[in-house]
Amino acid sequence: MLQLRGSTKDFHCDFIGHKMLIISDDSSLPFPLREKYAYILKENIDTNLPDGFGAYISQNASVFSTSKHKNWFHIPQYMDYMEAGDIINFKDDGSIWAIFRSNAKYNTFLLTERCNHYCLMCSQPPKSKEDSWLLERAMEAIELIPRDTVRMGFSGGEPTIYKEKLIDLVEKCRGYLPQTAIDILSNGRAFSDPEYARLLHKIDHPNCMICIPIYSDVPEIHNYVVQSEDAFDETIQGILNLKALNQKVEIRIVIHQQTIGRLVETCEYISRNLLFVDHVALMGLEITGFTRANLPDLWIDPYDYKDTLSQAVAVLNRSKINNSVYNHQLCTVNPDVEDNYVHSISDWKNEYLDECNKCSRKHECGGFFSSQILYKHSDHIKAFS
Amino acid sequence: MTKFQKQNFFQNTNESYELLPFRFARINGRVLLTNLVGEYFFTKDEVLKSLVDGTLPNDSDDYLNLRSLHFICDDQTQSAKQLLGIKTRTKLSNYSNLTSLHMFVISLRCEHSCPYCQVSRQSDDKLAFDMSYETASKAVDFALSGPSPRIKIEFQGGEPLLNFDTLKFIVHDAKEKNEAIGKDLSFVIATNLAVITDEILDYCKLHDIEISTSLDGPASLHNHNRPRPGNNSYELATEGIKKVREKLGFDKVNALMTTTDKSLDDPRIIIDEYLKQGFSGIFLRPLSPYGFAIKTKKYNAYGSKKWFEFYKTGLEYILEINKSGVHFREFYSATILKKILTLKDPGYVDLRSPAGIGIGGIVYNYDGKIFASDEGRMLAEMGDNTFEIGNLATDNFKDVFLSDKLLDPLEQSMTTSAPRCSECAFEQYCGADPVFHYATTGDFLGKKAESDFCYRNYNTFSHLLDTYDSNLETRSIFESWIN
Repeated sequence: MLQLRGSTKDFHCDFIGHKMLIISDDSSLPFPLREKYAYILKENIDTNLPDGFGAYISQNASVFSTSKHKNWFHIPQYMDYMEAGDIINFKDDGSIWAIFRSNAKYNTFLLTERCNHYCLMCSQPPKSKEDSWLLERAMEAIELIPRDTVRMGFSGGEPTIYKEKLIDLVEKCRGYLPQTAIDILSNGRAFSDPEYARLLHKIDHPNCMICIPIYSDVPEIHNYVVQSEDAFDETIQGILNLKALNQKVEIRIVIHQQTIGRLVETCEYISRNLLFVDHVALMGLEITGFTRANLPDLWIDPYDYKDTLSQAVAVLNRSKINNSVYNHQLCTVNPDVEDNYVHSISDWKNEYLDECNKCSRKHECGGFFSSQILYKHSDHIKAFS
Repeated sequence: MTKFQKQNFFQNTNESYELLPFRFARINGRVLLTNLVGEYFFTKDEVLKSLVDGTLPNDSDDYLNLRSLHFICDDQTQSAKQLLGIKTRTKLSNYSNLTSLHMFVISLRCEHSCPYCQVSRQSDDKLAFDMSYETASKAVDFALSGPSPRIKIEFQGGEPLLNFDTLKFIVHDAKEKNEAIGKDLSFVIATNLAVITDEILDYCKLHDIEISTSLDGPASLHNHNRPRPGNNSYELATEGIKKVREKLGFDKVNALMTTTDKSLDDPRIIIDEYLKQGFSGIFLRPLSPYGFAIKTKKYNAYGSKKWFEFYKTGLEYILEINKSGVHFREFYSATILKKILTLKDPGYVDLRSPAGIGIGGIVYNYDGKIFASDEGRMLAEMGDNTFEIGNLATDNFKDVFLSDKLLDPLEQSMTTSAPRCSECAFEQYCGADPVFHYATTGDFLGKKAESDFCYRNYNTFSHLLDTYDSNLETRSIFESWIN
């Protein structure tokens, strides 16, 4: 697992607060542009650092010992993945945060840790403290993100707690990155206010998907999973309001002990009532955050529910609803879901077992969350010959 | 210590619930419940009783399922009412795009003399029974002036290929006029294939015209049903099918059977014939009670009971074929299953409410008369003009579609309000056939208790739902048919 946030004691800066810069290894970058970039010194050969960059970074601190430059950071070894094009936030206390990695297929921006749900399997346990600086950083980053970025996501917490400010973010995305599809993870309840749904609609973003979980067709189960009474109806209403305005909506179902019992019925419910959603994601459990605390109530071996998963996919396919199976390993699903199988785990937290090295289909397989490797995974992981 | 609430914290403590509208029927010892939009649920008599008594326990599976399917709502969720509204609107939304099927009767002449056909003429007099260019051009204008984004022009007869010049005129005229309008325009010729030539096929290929033909069964049955000079209707039809496939493509030809009393003896030999000819399915059609059939009382000679036995035997045989690994559909069942299992209306003209007359399909007769349906035209041939809803010489689209002659039977075809239909468990899957009921009982509504239309559909729906719901293997075959 890659560590996206780190810190160094070995740095020097003349700014107060933070500075967000794009990494460059181009020593001949035109001078007017350099201010926005951090020059990365990959090897210890070029001690003549080019002038004018916003900062200088290297894994070798000695290059800075004689440096005349004011802003430099000795990056820790565990952040050696950094490369040209990455967007890094530097702080005056030496902390370094890889906010956008140019080589990742998909980058996600955490907008807040505050949330009005308290899901049993939350991978990002909510905190109540004010953290709107996260949104501010995302707003800043949008100006630096490459215009040809295909897709990226915003998550939480619950991003809609920002109300109009989240809409401003979508508007900024539309302005700076009109070619980039964006996903916003939300519990959808804020959109049960038709006025809020209309605000989003008014921005007219060409490709903005709101990804909303429905954990069960039975409100009691959904509300239990998200630990909030009245959640179900508000979420459904939110989806209906968004779709009435032709906004893209994905439904997400995390599969675990509490949701597996009615997974097929839930997919039937979606196909009868929410046929117009744009995508349904059937997702395996990430063993992190609250999931670890609630594991006895949540864990079910994917191998044991593979027939149910097949049925659920069949129901959605029959209704011609786009759907994908996320976060599963190929050896834990039936062949009949392979058309819907997606390599979904973000690269920075994607790993494989030793057994997988023997597997002839490793390259097709989504593998594991690092947390699954550490804490819990199927007992039926078996290499394909 | 933990901040998590236990599951029972979220349980429903209020035991009262509200019933949403539903209907029920008893099938094979089970009770079938259906709701406002056609969601269905099989259960036991006790559950139905408990449900209506208000005593169904709110943690039982029956309760949870019935609530999810929108038969009840309670304190936990009120979303059912809104969702039922959306689903109702979705189901009805297609109706605003009237009319997609336009049947052009371009000649009444035919070299066949099928006893059940009332309309065809044995004549060489082109002027008397062929559609003129002038009438054809008006029919094209009429067809293109409606709201439907898709227009299918079906050439009918008689034998439409006997008036190939007018057929070509219509194709050119429609394509030319459609250039500015931009509808999705397609053509199909309903022909017995007896007079098809290479020249005609080349033309069909050039304009992407499909062929719909008749195949009643093996040679003995087909030729018995369809006499022509030389008694070779079967031979010409099967050779024609082969030719069309070679020239236009395998799937460019489909076949329809006409069911006669002789067909009813054994559906299997008919199905075998369709298999042998390489078709991917068959439509086990009931015979309509028109023309010669009514006159000769042949219709009453077998009626719907016999047809239903024929259908059941045929369906069972077709399921066996599928179980052996050959994908072969029964199209009537597939249409009904699609209505039941998805909210998508396949638009089948005979199972619509309001009925499909005029707004589903419309007929332009060779002489310019406009009929609400093909059966309405046949009725006119027998001297009853009830379903003649206009004339191309004098009426435009608006005149015809706003006329009482069309709106009256349509109004009486609404199953939600028709006596007996309104309480029928299958109302959402069914439709109305005002022409049939008018022909058999003298009024558009009909007497549902005595109606063969009802008998056939009620039994077909029951049989299909019961079979679908009680057998996993059959279930997956049925599901493969609706995709």
